Amino acid sequence: MPGRTISEKILSRASGRDARAGDLVICDVDCAMGTDGSVPMALDYFEQMGGTRLFDPRCIVFVFDHYLPDPLAPTFPLQARARAFASRHGVTLYDCGEGVCHQLMVESGRTRPGGLLVGADSHSVTGGALNAFATGIGSSDLAATMMCGRIWLKVPETITIVLTGTTPPGVYPKDIALALAGRLGADGAACQTLEFDGPGASSLDVEDRLVLSNMSVEMGAKAGIFRADAKTAAYLAARTNEAFAPVEPDADAVYAREIHIDLAQLAPAIARPHQVDFVFGVGEAVGTPIQMAFIGTCTGGRARDIRQAAAILFAAGRIAPGVRLVIAPASREVETLLRQDGTLGRLAAIGATLLPPGCGPCCGTAPPIPDDDANVISTANRNFTARMGNASASIFLASPAACAASAVTGRITDPREFGETVP
Amino acid sequence: MKIELEGRAVLFGDDVNTDYIISSSRKQETLDPHVLKNFLFESIDPALAGSIRSGDMLVAGRNFGCGSAMEIAVTAIVAAGIRAVLARSFSRTYYRNAINNGLIPVECDTRGIVADARLRLVLGTEGARVVDLTSGREIDGHPLPAIMLQILSEGGLVPYFRTHRDFITP
Repeated sequence: MPGRTISEKILSRASGRDARAGDLVICDVDCAMGTDGSVPMALDYFEQMGGTRLFDPRCIVFVFDHYLPDPLAPTFPLQARARAFASRHGVTLYDCGEGVCHQLMVESGRTRPGGLLVGADSHSVTGGALNAFATGIGSSDLAATMMCGRIWLKVPETITIVLTGTTPPGVYPKDIALALAGRLGADGAACQTLEFDGPGASSLDVEDRLVLSNMSVEMGAKAGIFRADAKTAAYLAARTNEAFAPVEPDADAVYAREIHIDLAQLAPAIARPHQVDFVFGVGEAVGTPIQMAFIGTCTGGRARDIRQAAAILFAAGRIAPGVRLVIAPASREVETLLRQDGTLGRLAAIGATLLPPGCGPCCGTAPPIPDDDANVISTANRNFTARMGNASASIFLASPAACAASAVTGRITDPREFGETVP
Repeated sequence: MKIELEGRAVLFGDDVNTDYIISSSRKQETLDPHVLKNFLFESIDPALAGSIRSGDMLVAGRNFGCGSAMEIAVTAIVAAGIRAVLARSFSRTYYRNAINNGLIPVECDTRGIVADARLRLVLGTEGARVVDLTSGREIDGHPLPAIMLQILSEGGLVPYFRTHRDFITP
């Protein structure tokens, strides 16, 4: 038998059999997550399935990140019901303001090398940055996993993404992800795993790897997995005492495709409305007026992202008139870090609107909604029509630095115009 | 098992994401699919929901159901009386959600099917076959693995779990 990919190894362990690409296997799940966007339906399914108790409450996590904690909002009863369920069944609940689910699944130390994690939210693939097999499911699958602790999965084929070289100034992990989306297309990795490898992958820090794993689903991928290394171990050392075993692919593992990207050849990228794979060099869009810049989400709301944006904003010392700059840290940990070092205070002082951690603005489930016909530049992962809650708005996706540079000038701007100010 | 359906083709292009099927902001107001079905496709074609008839089949290009994994994008379709979606490819979360709610996803070459074409779908253990009664063309669909066929044939994941209470090897 030929060697195995990381996905084949993790799913073999989780299913207790030799799982090979194309096989359908029933796997034990290490952790299942749902949000206030997906748990309410999951509870309906759970009841309809005749569920009365959880297979193992320690393996279930609920995160409220899609809706505001507003008693007058129609979503409040949905949260209240999920809150009561969590309390009754011993489910860990991160309530409103704690953070975006994918960030919390990583920060809390639940996502570890070799683990199998499912989440009722498509960006659950984020966890692959820590060498786990993490994938998105719907509410019905979440309900089933809550009952039996298991899930069926088709073992995916794997595309290996070999990264070499280092990114030039002004080019960030978001640009790598967009370049890949442009090259593969929105379904170019459908139902497959992206395995990130090569010296370029090793050189990325965990925070950077999270951006690439997160965006994997925008190419249709089932998972986006990195190897575990000293950086992975260092990240987890502060977050968990649980033992874990890194999973490496065999040298003779079989891949569906091999894609090489020389990071040194990349330039700042932008996805134009209304498709994530509608990717161009930022120069193609330079000069387009913008009315809103958004820095946040599970893709671009970590401390490093906000600091990169802040460096440009502080160097300029202003936001262009008529531009709404909205910043939402990905979690309370990120928010606290940036408050303690003064970043958030200084951002507020130049006129940025600071929001509590959450998903709302990215998916249009909470304000601020863009104005009619507004152009928005965002660090998020999707630019579909109406994604942010207004079908007449146009969303451009770019790096935090490009979003900040554009907020300063009021027009889509190449971050390299701001020279070496960016960390 | 064998499922046979006949219906009218309602055409879509590539990359129809779940937010285009049903806006995620709608699920703040209700999760009732019989209410949500009135808002199907509102951000790409506000008139479409009113023209969809029970028994229609959705016929799409590549990557149908990409984006968010939200399940109302399936339940609202089912509530509108649609029992099958044909596409050149599906996003994996939409595909799973479809199976789990008894909506039949057929991965097949949909090129050449015209709007309002009369389609017959036959789904069984040996595979899926679409007969385009308008053109006379027969199209083979990708066969469904046994566990998916079993969940579909039992009416979705709810009845499946009421019976088995776990995933079972078919």
